[in-house]
Amino acid sequence: MTAAPALAPAALRVRGVTKSFGDLAVLRGVDLEVARGSILALLGSNGAGKTTLVRILATLLAADAGTAEVDGHDVAAEAPQVRESLSLTGQFAAVDEVLTGRENLILVARLRHLPRPAAVADAMLERFALTAAGRRRAGTYSGGMRRRLDIAMSLVGDPPVIVLDEPTTGLDPQSRLEVWRTIRELATGGTTVLLTTQHLDEAEQLADRIAILHEGRIVHTGTLAELRALLPAAPVEMVQKQPSLEDVFLALIGHDGPPATAPSGPTAQETAS
Amino acid sequence: MTAAAHALADTRILTGRSLKHILRSPDTIITTAITPIALLLLFVFVLGGAIDTGSGGSYIAYMLPGILLITIASGIAYTAYRLFMDKQGGVFERLRSMPIARSSVLWAHVLTSVVANLASVAVVLAVALLLGFRSGAGIGAWLAVAGILALFTLALTWVAVIAGLTAGSVEGASAFSYPLIFLPFISSAFVPTQSMPGPVAWFAEHQPVTAIVDTIRALLSRQSVGGDIWVALAWMVGVLVLAWIGAAAVQRRAAR
Repeated sequence: MTAAPALAPAALRVRGVTKSFGDLAVLRGVDLEVARGSILALLGSNGAGKTTLVRILATLLAADAGTAEVDGHDVAAEAPQVRESLSLTGQFAAVDEVLTGRENLILVARLRHLPRPAAVADAMLERFALTAAGRRRAGTYSGGMRRRLDIAMSLVGDPPVIVLDEPTTGLDPQSRLEVWRTIRELATGGTTVLLTTQHLDEAEQLADRIAILHEGRIVHTGTLAELRALLPAAPVEMVQKQPSLEDVFLALIGHDGPPATAPSGPTAQETAS
Repeated sequence: MTAAAHALADTRILTGRSLKHILRSPDTIITTAITPIALLLLFVFVLGGAIDTGSGGSYIAYMLPGILLITIASGIAYTAYRLFMDKQGGVFERLRSMPIARSSVLWAHVLTSVVANLASVAVVLAVALLLGFRSGAGIGAWLAVAGILALFTLALTWVAVIAGLTAGSVEGASAFSYPLIFLPFISSAFVPTQSMPGPVAWFAEHQPVTAIVDTIRALLSRQSVGGDIWVALAWMVGVLVLAWIGAAAVQRRAAR
């Protein structure tokens, strides 16, 4: 899981994107690049603008200013090509509850005008360990199964870029690990993944690079090691513990409290839940 | 495939999807038909005997057009409901982020509404036949009636689309249909408008339901439809176009 060579064109390129809702400036000039075949975690608190940025990339929302390109296509001028290249897995598992898991996948395969949609659906069910549940209505699925079906639907047609908006929110720890495994497999297969999360350990676990979105701007981008290096080395007493990503995150967004101590506070609680 | 062929194929695929919803909960067809059937029984067996329509025909034949419009006015609420659920659950956004013709998402819901409502109308019509309704209308007149009912459904369903797209709750998504269900009562559907007090009669004579009811009644009783059919068509096409433009505007606003 190393970043793609520097010469390869970025799969996602965002330049100076701004977006306001009325008086509320949600994005204030976002710059972001995601290398082909890599996983970038977009980290931010609730309301930081992660979903707004994702919706702009998925052509669901128009930016006020700036440009965004997906696989070389401009989201405003070439929306149809962007929709071919990018698949969105939104915050709520968007599956049709009345249809079976298999029918959901066939629906997406037919809408993408793939040959042999039933075979595509069966292969996806197999890949996501849903074959046994394939003929049950998606409304009867557990949270983890729904999310797996949701991700499987996004992968039908093998789009080169996948955007996952808080893919593990509301999942139990085991389902969460399953989703993590899926995301790693995607990147191994060459898919570019943009993943938003408020779970800091999720970013630590999965991402090649991490971008921190705070108050409408990317305040820092780098690998986990680079972000850790931003903080001064642990003070006089030679504590072995390195600063956790959580410490870096809180320090970068200007959160009060001493850095490089054991994680505490609500964020740690949330991560554990 | 050309863009138009793509849009047609996408609409067909998505219409198949929402028709599956209806086949898996056929109770929506029956629920839509129950209130109109209850009204049918109420007017035929309880109130109808006291109503003098001055038309000489059977009362059930007189009131049936209004009952059919009430059936459709209550049935379209399901479209608002299904659309709201699609929005709520994220399916709507998923479809809009996919490489498909965007218009197909709404058209699929609208076409499904036409099929479902015509099915409900058929159920109500069957009950009316059991209760003694008879018509000497020929195949051409019946086709014209079916066309008018389909156009009525199409126009009101686009109103339902606006409601489904803008609603904040499930209840809100269907509340808009209540006034539509009552509109036939202040029309020529159940009693002649001449029997109403002045201002009410004026409203009844100038609202769309009266022209539509009079047209269907004339077609089913083998009378000349006169100018009513043009007034009826103008109303339905007008509502259809305005609601369609409104729905498109709502969608554009959401993407801004």
